[in-house]
Amino acid sequence: MSQDAQTRNDSQILLTVEHLVMRFGGLMAIDDVSFSARQGHITAIIGPNGAGKTTVFNCLTGFYKPTSGRLTLQHPQLGPMLLERMEGYQIPQKAGVARTFQNIRLFPHMSVLENLVVAQHNQLMRASGFTVLGLLGARGYIRAEHQAVEFARYWLERINLVDMADMNAGNLPYGAQRRLEIARAMCIKPVLLCLDEPAAGLNPRESADLNQLLLRIRDEDRVGVLLIEHDMTVVMEISDHLVVLDYGRKISDGDPEQVRRDPEVIRAYLGEEEDQTPDTEPMH
Amino acid sequence: MTPGTSNSSVRPFDLPAALKESALIAAMVLVLAIGLLGFKIEDVTGGLAILTRFGQVAVATGIGFFGRLALIALREGRTLPVVFTAGPLGLVLVALLITAQLGGSATAAGWLPFGSVVVDWLLAILILILALRALLGIWRTSTHLSLEERDAAMDRFGARVQRVALILGPLLLGFAVIMPFLPGVDRRILDIGILVITYIMLGWGLNIVVGLAGLLDLGYVAFYAVGAYSYALLATHFGLSFWICLPLAGIMAAFAGILLGFPVLRLRGDYLAIVTLGFGEMVRIVLLNWYDFTNGPDGISGIPRPSFFGLPFTRNPGEGVTAFHQFFGLEYSPIDRIMFLYYVILVMALITNLFTLRIRKLPIGRGWEALREDETACRSLGINPRNTKLTAFAIGAMFGGFGGSFFATRQGFISPESFTFIESAIILAIVVLGGMGSQIGVIFGALILIGLPEVFRELSQYRMLAFGAAMVIIMIWRPRGLLAHRDPTLRLSDHDPPGDPPDNPQVAAAGEPR
Repeated sequence: MSQDAQTRNDSQILLTVEHLVMRFGGLMAIDDVSFSARQGHITAIIGPNGAGKTTVFNCLTGFYKPTSGRLTLQHPQLGPMLLERMEGYQIPQKAGVARTFQNIRLFPHMSVLENLVVAQHNQLMRASGFTVLGLLGARGYIRAEHQAVEFARYWLERINLVDMADMNAGNLPYGAQRRLEIARAMCIKPVLLCLDEPAAGLNPRESADLNQLLLRIRDEDRVGVLLIEHDMTVVMEISDHLVVLDYGRKISDGDPEQVRRDPEVIRAYLGEEEDQTPDTEPMH
Repeated sequence: MTPGTSNSSVRPFDLPAALKESALIAAMVLVLAIGLLGFKIEDVTGGLAILTRFGQVAVATGIGFFGRLALIALREGRTLPVVFTAGPLGLVLVALLITAQLGGSATAAGWLPFGSVVVDWLLAILILILALRALLGIWRTSTHLSLEERDAAMDRFGARVQRVALILGPLLLGFAVIMPFLPGVDRRILDIGILVITYIMLGWGLNIVVGLAGLLDLGYVAFYAVGAYSYALLATHFGLSFWICLPLAGIMAAFAGILLGFPVLRLRGDYLAIVTLGFGEMVRIVLLNWYDFTNGPDGISGIPRPSFFGLPFTRNPGEGVTAFHQFFGLEYSPIDRIMFLYYVILVMALITNLFTLRIRKLPIGRGWEALREDETACRSLGINPRNTKLTAFAIGAMFGGFGGSFFATRQGFISPESFTFIESAIILAIVVLGGMGSQIGVIFGALILIGLPEVFRELSQYRMLAFGAAMVIIMIWRPRGLLAHRDPTLRLSDHDPPGDPPDNPQVAAAGEPR
């Protein structure tokens, strides 16, 4: 593991978050957080409830405009991109940042296959000549659609859902919905995949399957993975790098072993000695 | 099949509770009936007079009481009393109706509960249905389904109808094509046909916005109005022909759709519905008040009729113009023009349908549906919600505009009065009743909502009442519409048929509780 991690440490830095601040009225949700994530790494963001993890995700994927700070994505092909300056829907499309949601957001009344094909919307729109060529039944569009379906089939095979391809996504079992959402995010061919609590509500077996899926995404697709997770067994098992947030601030950053031993982290999680040492956390 | 007694019939019948419930219903019917049935304003010589119809109120209250009692008895499994009371009663009513109508017997007519033959027939049929259900209930134990079971059953029904629609569709089309030549089809029936097909087309257009993109649009009539006025103004001012104006009207309406789309981009659900409703009213009020441009409440008259590729449908065309009947060497007949209009709207409706069926399977159509399902997820996948919504509004509005310019050329006269909110409501009701997103559902919706009122002309004053009742029934029994069933636009099995057996519809049907 450590040998492996060593070689991967040479990989390129994919995402740099510098001095990110997000303020909602008087509430400081994120207070000057900086960290980076590497390509081909799983970077986990952990922290107690309300620490601002999902807010970081929402800033990264364009759902919120950060109050200040800089979010730089080093796209392997297209060079650096400033995410905070991009329009929300362009971030997935142009910068290649895909995400999943804490509460699953599939298209429940569309089939599993359609969910994966919709994720390839922008390239299919171009192939269909923005609908005109598609209406005329142009050969190029038919080929593009076929390719999109084949790509979807590839991902269905990876998440073991080929047999349920024509079912409505809303009728899938819970664990399958989680996997499908990850596959749908991968269908936009991202360079950075942001997963918001993917193991929530999974049983131990499904959780282990999920770990395998994420490790394969890291190693084979060479995608950088950002992961919010409460399940520490998942986090410790698969992440290469940990960022710990508490009350909107970063309190620790490092590999799992380091973080596990960090007294700040222990304090934040267990509330140890909080009453005796008020000076370390003057705000609260 | 398990015949005979069920557990429910062992349970003692709680008569006081049943009587109480029935009395409550009867009281409600009484309150409603006093207002609806009790008084009637009639033209008599020398002014208006209020007639009272308390007999009918009493009958309606009685129907409420005993009908509820019968339903309770059915629910509790006491079917025999219902069979032996409702059965003979229904048969007597039918016999009375037949003697009154065929025999012209005044005494029989006097015994009928309501003044209207149609209502009496409906009552008789309802009673007989009740008796029949009770009769079937003797063999079958329970007819009670939970909402989910009923929903699933209706969805299977919708799926079956959609499979049948592959055959039914061409059959309906064939019938529509030969309809004008069938014996007994006169101008009135053709007019109803034109009306129904116009609404089918509008329903299909609105289905793009409401059914596919999930944007509840209560102001669809605005685009209909824009199309109608575009054609009327272009034709009367610049003398452009219908066939040139038709695409122009569509473009103008699409533009109006984009204009509406921009301010409502961030709105969802109820808020969107209210703003679109306001937009519809705004367009009507502008048409009403911009006198210089639209001629205000006086409307625009003398709108040119469409010609058959330049051949007008007039008896005596002007100098150097050949009329349709002269060109084809036919006797002049005023119905030719109606028939032509009928075929024009039929073709326009067909184009709308083909367009919708096709665009649903294109990325933009799937984008619309994804937007309906979850806008946040769409944004996370890089789908531009603004453009996707605007195209839905624009394309839906375009078909509204086509429909509007057809309306203008058919009527020859338009005024803002034709574009009131009730039109929007009817078109939306057609879509919702038929089942959102279902193309065949729109046909049935239009036949029910446009065709039936034309047949039951004599009850026209109760039209809104029936409308409301129908909507309530739909909300209770089938919130997603009669034939709502969605087939995926893509199937994995179609793309690369592998060795494994294709999904078998029989397997799904095996679990049916029948």
